[in-house]
Amino acid sequence: MKILLHSLRRRSWLTARRPQSHLATASDPAVMSATSAQQQMNMFQAVNDAMKIALETDPTAIVFGEDVAFGGVFRCSQGLQERFGKDRVFNTPISENGIAGFAIGYAATGGTAIGEIQFADYIYPAMDQLVNEMAKFRYRSGNQWQAGGATLRMPAGAVGHGGHYHSQSPEAYLAHTAGLTVVMPSSPKAAKGLLLASIRSKDPVIFLEPKALYRSAVESVPLGDYEVELGKARILREGSDVTLVGWGAQIQRLQKACDLAKEMDGIDCELIDLQTILPWDAKAVEQSVLKTGKLVVSHEAPITCGFGAEVVAELQERCFWALEAPIKRVCGFDTPFPLVFEKYYLPDETRNLEAIREVVRSSR
Amino acid sequence: MRIPILSIHPIKVLRTPRHFSSKSASRASKNRSLSSARPLPQEEVESDWGTIHDYKQRAMIPYHPARLAPSIQERTSAAQEMTLSYAGTVPIPITSNLQLIQPEDDTPRGIWPVYRLMVSTHRRRPQNALRTLEQDGEIRDPAYDGINQPVLRPDVTTPDDVEDNLDQFRAFLAHAHPYQSDEIQKSGLLRASKYPYVDTNSNNTLLRAHRQIVRLRQMDDILLNAQRQGRISFYLTCRGEEAILMGAASALEVGDPVFAQYREQGVLMWRGFTLEQFTNQCFSNILDLGKGRQMPIHYGSRALNYHTVSSPLGTQLPHAVGAAYRLKLAGEPNVAVCFFGDGSTSTPDFHSALNFAATLNAPAIFLCRNNGYAISTPTSDQFAGDGVISRAPGYGMAGVRVDGNDIFAVHAAVREAKQYALSKNAPVLIEAMTYRQGHHSTSDDSSQYRSVDEVLTTTENHDPLNRLEAFLKKHDLLSEEDVEVMRKQERNDVVKAMEQAERRPPVPMRELFTDVYHDMPLHLQRQQAQLEAHVKKYPEKYA
Repeated sequence: MKILLHSLRRRSWLTARRPQSHLATASDPAVMSATSAQQQMNMFQAVNDAMKIALETDPTAIVFGEDVAFGGVFRCSQGLQERFGKDRVFNTPISENGIAGFAIGYAATGGTAIGEIQFADYIYPAMDQLVNEMAKFRYRSGNQWQAGGATLRMPAGAVGHGGHYHSQSPEAYLAHTAGLTVVMPSSPKAAKGLLLASIRSKDPVIFLEPKALYRSAVESVPLGDYEVELGKARILREGSDVTLVGWGAQIQRLQKACDLAKEMDGIDCELIDLQTILPWDAKAVEQSVLKTGKLVVSHEAPITCGFGAEVVAELQERCFWALEAPIKRVCGFDTPFPLVFEKYYLPDETRNLEAIREVVRSSR
Repeated sequence: MRIPILSIHPIKVLRTPRHFSSKSASRASKNRSLSSARPLPQEEVESDWGTIHDYKQRAMIPYHPARLAPSIQERTSAAQEMTLSYAGTVPIPITSNLQLIQPEDDTPRGIWPVYRLMVSTHRRRPQNALRTLEQDGEIRDPAYDGINQPVLRPDVTTPDDVEDNLDQFRAFLAHAHPYQSDEIQKSGLLRASKYPYVDTNSNNTLLRAHRQIVRLRQMDDILLNAQRQGRISFYLTCRGEEAILMGAASALEVGDPVFAQYREQGVLMWRGFTLEQFTNQCFSNILDLGKGRQMPIHYGSRALNYHTVSSPLGTQLPHAVGAAYRLKLAGEPNVAVCFFGDGSTSTPDFHSALNFAATLNAPAIFLCRNNGYAISTPTSDQFAGDGVISRAPGYGMAGVRVDGNDIFAVHAAVREAKQYALSKNAPVLIEAMTYRQGHHSTSDDSSQYRSVDEVLTTTENHDPLNRLEAFLKKHDLLSEEDVEVMRKQERNDVVKAMEQAERRPPVPMRELFTDVYHDMPLHLQRQQAQLEAHVKKYPEKYA
């Protein structure tokens, strides 16, 4: 594993800056060389590995948040304090606005701040800092100041028993904020690469980790230092009949829906994982829809003004005459995320299969 | 704020001296304050906040600016304690002892005292009686009734050519006012700068502070009028708070990042932001460092380590904590300083920031400009406790309350705070008491919620510039003609800068889309192309 050496000279505030990444990136982690050392990892282990590499390669990097010192409530920061010390990996008091503001100030002074919000459901106290400060830091200063070193990561999405306050996906609120970058991986290998890219990004990033995948998603993840390019979607499955767009844990349900559609109806689906919600890869979706003529967008968050609405609005403008059927959205309902009704609430593979069938049936 | 009735209860009063003196023995050995080196005579009651008079019949008499010389009746009645109150009716006891009250100390019961430059000695010795640095530059005994002159040393004469000569001035002070000179000299404003200041071409920090305040006043006046004439869209003055800004800025270095609220243009001016740069930002022209994206007065300068101002209140406080933590890890001998007003102390970010700074040991200085009003909300509606400073022990941090209209006191407090923060890697809260002489901004008319009388009286009696000028004139460091010349020069400079800024072209349209991200993403490129095509088609609508 290559470790970038950095000068230990004390830098003045004028010249202090985070080391920039010189690694080649790819939009699809499958591009990573098959000969590099790999290990079966689940998503929290992949996230842990990414943070470890970030702390190793960047002497200014710190990890902080509620309960990160002992390893975190999802074990994402396990072993980091023992290895890197209490100065660099530490607990903060319970204050999301404090965590976000602290990250901004640290990054603005030339450091790399990796903050954790314990659950994405608790991001709202930090919205003032995210929207009014973090997103506008570079713009309002005329590019004199920037908070690109700030990355806030948080578990998001349904987990089976989370209820109102442990299941939310707030990407729509964040995507409406110009200046932020919002990323949501759908697998461990992508998570590690996207997290490293987010930490090293020159812009502040909100990294939403699907908590349902922390333990259940396991794949072979390269042990080296690699990044997955932000702002690029990945095509998980090529097809010619219908384009399916999703992100996060929803991708697994969409995979199942694609399999069912193929088995039962012989429908050939193209599955696109957006990976980066803002700025999102509209070009890739546009190219796919021009090919298939039919689109289904699916996400866990409630349907009204969910990010699916943005995908649909943009695609209808670009591809209206190529569309063969109205675009369908398969999303959560416009209710708070319920506990006992989760199996009805979530847009599962059956509802998605129905949407695929509907779109194919109504196409001309 | 509610008047603390308990503090004048006789039983409580009798208990108070014992409480104060309980740790005085150990306290005496700790040389925390600048002025604690003097040994005190036996008769004086030693306390943590300088010597305090007879407590047997303590009565807090509000300090009325019109009555600098209390009547004979009041003088012979209960011991008079000097108090201070700018906005509101609660009198605040004055102390001469600059002491950062640390988390492990006993916290003051009742109202925290305000540090003001003065000598406090026992009242029974008239020649060393309580003297204060007064509005008119006099160092006066409050017992002076206009008939009996305070007894000064008879061989004191003012040297003729003190002007710029700091050594002579120091010698003069030591000779004429032995107690006072200690305070003033140790405040730090009299130390000479290493290199001559560019704008005054001299090493004298104090005179530069004065000149900067004059320039700041002129700039505020002229740009305020420019807004009234419709030449700029908005302006906000810092009238009445200049001593805080210059006093603090002169105690800091450029390596200390400043996170300001919006009323701290004086700090930026001290650091070297030129009148051209100020006016360019206000007129949003092509030379504006912020590229015309924000309203006037939202200055920012990377070169001067002053973070760009944002309108939401209090959001800069957690940033200062993060910056301070970074400076600590990098081993830099610098602190992060943030300024905010009394209103911002009610925001959630204030609480989070102070809590974080104290738990994470971040060397940050939190400087609150308590100017009595948050737009129209007086401090009595803003908090019920003893102002802002009383919260410091709650968070486990050191704090001190200072008289914000006394430039020496502010300078001394910030210097002390920086030394403390750096040596202990701990935050400090400073509450500077002052008064907002102007309106909140050009969108406000303060006569709607406060009497014009109150403003005029406070301005007349507590103006920091008047106090400083009176002091300088009194000690022949400056004359009235010098001040007049200075005012004219600065006024001309400001007007010239403003006229030039007004004539410069506006920021080009392409800057609407840049700097949202480091590299412009595709969707912004598309939007930019759409806008350019549209404007090209209808040039006259967007000229």
